[in-house]
Amino acid sequence: MAQNTYSPAKNLMPVDSSLRRRYFVGRWLRYLALAVVLALALILLIPIVWMLLGSFKIQRVALAYPPELIPSNPVLDNWERLLINRPSLRWMLNSFVVAGGIAFFGVITSTCAGYAFGKKQFPGRTIFFWLILMTMMLPRQIYMIPLFVLMKNFGWFNSYQGMIAPYLVYPFGVFLMRQFMQSIPDELLEAGKMDGASEIQLFRHIILPLSKPAIGAIAIFAFMAGWNDYLWQLVMATDELWLTLPVGVAKLTASGVGSIDIGVGMAGATFAFIPMLLIFLLFQNYFIKGITVGALKG
Amino acid sequence: MLANFGKRVWDGRWAYIFIAPAMIPFVIFTGYPLIQGLLLSFYKAGVNRDKWRYIGLKNYSNLLTRDPVFPTAIKNTFLFVLGVVPAAMIICLFVAVLIYPLSQRRQSFFRAAFYMPVVSAGVVLAMVWVYIYSQEYGLLNYIFESLGLLDLLNGGEKIGWLAQTDTALLSLAIVVLSWSLGQPLILFLAGLGAIPDSLYDAAKIDGANSWQAFWKITLPLLRPTMLFVLVVLTIAVFQVFVVVQLMTLGGPANATQTIVFRIWVTGIVGAKFGYASAMAVILLAIVSVLAIAQFKLLDRQFT
Repeated sequence: MAQNTYSPAKNLMPVDSSLRRRYFVGRWLRYLALAVVLALALILLIPIVWMLLGSFKIQRVALAYPPELIPSNPVLDNWERLLINRPSLRWMLNSFVVAGGIAFFGVITSTCAGYAFGKKQFPGRTIFFWLILMTMMLPRQIYMIPLFVLMKNFGWFNSYQGMIAPYLVYPFGVFLMRQFMQSIPDELLEAGKMDGASEIQLFRHIILPLSKPAIGAIAIFAFMAGWNDYLWQLVMATDELWLTLPVGVAKLTASGVGSIDIGVGMAGATFAFIPMLLIFLLFQNYFIKGITVGALKG
Repeated sequence: MLANFGKRVWDGRWAYIFIAPAMIPFVIFTGYPLIQGLLLSFYKAGVNRDKWRYIGLKNYSNLLTRDPVFPTAIKNTFLFVLGVVPAAMIICLFVAVLIYPLSQRRQSFFRAAFYMPVVSAGVVLAMVWVYIYSQEYGLLNYIFESLGLLDLLNGGEKIGWLAQTDTALLSLAIVVLSWSLGQPLILFLAGLGAIPDSLYDAAKIDGANSWQAFWKITLPLLRPTMLFVLVVLTIAVFQVFVVVQLMTLGGPANATQTIVFRIWVTGIVGAKFGYASAMAVILLAIVSVLAIAQFKLLDRQFT
């Protein structure tokens, strides 16, 4: 969270909580409103808890009405079938390779391009930057069909390169990096040049070390985008072994209309959720930094 | 003049080297397909490349006048945007203003709770919600029954949330809403943090109540953030696909068809590349108009 630096009072006395309390409405009204917010937050968590509980229910319990809120007879059956009978570990590997690849290339292209757009003058700078920015605003599905035909011609179905290639450039990352580069003082680069550093050295020894926070944010966002991507991976993988985790998991329940196997579906959904949850809990601050850097100038 | 331009290009050579890793894949995997899509939309094009045939604007005229589903898909997509975007903005503004004064620890609990659905893939939530919305054994009907709402709304009968034309779209919109709150909330909190406390102190001294402070200070100063959120959310909601594909497949009776879902059904499943490309171009036109309009509003902030 950005802390306020303007408030003169802050320098004179310890931060008084009443100073931060900007909404001096009656206390009870505020508590009531907060209770509403708390309820909302809990409602948002219900589906996740319900999914976890569902993964331990056998079909008969899962279909019971009224539903058993806590499964009276929890079983590992669903997890067993998910992990042993289905290539779910392979799906997870696929997801890690695809999301990791997208993050890796996204960081490289964003950092290099962001540096040029943020720190260098050259003909075409504005037009190139706006071209990339425009695609940040455009839904990918607009050019999905020709891309599909292109991949078909390349023979890249059921392959990592086919799943990663359209994401080599991460427009939001380029944008975020440009904003970030503009905040690096020119004097640092000037000083480096005076010392006779080459362009590559300037980039490696001055720009890269300073960009670590932005690189972290981009890596995480690109990874999340890659991990959660569904439509393109659905289009690219036709062989069961090449599915990514979300696509594979989605197919668990889709097979066999009428007799949907809920327990395995919920176990699969939980399985797909856990890696992102861990990443979020570990890198929460990067998420917040990444979101806010792009939006607020300076 | 020309020599001057050449010199500037030469001076910028390192810049071109640095943007090359981004620009080359960009041209191959974005620029080329975009143009190709535009061209394809004038063709009758299927799996067999030899049979591709130029048909002018026929795809477009068919889409807008003869297609039984596409106009509904456009309408539904707009309904999604018009429902989810304002709801998300108002809820996030409300929540942000309320939790901003809390301690860091409590604030981060709320931030995490609201951000959790963003982290879990759309697929994950869509699957859980299908289960929750189920007519016979769903949690939602159970909750409604326990609260006496089923008697009130449906004469005690369980509601088929995804099976009825009047509830299906709303049910999907709520799922999309649930993962559209996390990012705006964080942005609003950051926006609030950038407003100096001294403004509120001054307002307090002048005898303003908090309602006035909200309208006269908070809201105007959050304007740039609100515009940014508006753009990002609008574009995200326009792409709504996962919920449709996993929860309703466009049904019942086309009540939940959306543009992107039609593109997938027509282009990928049905292999009608030309016809689907025309749909994509219409989507492009709609999004461009909105993006340009919103960019005009944002211009000052970005350049």
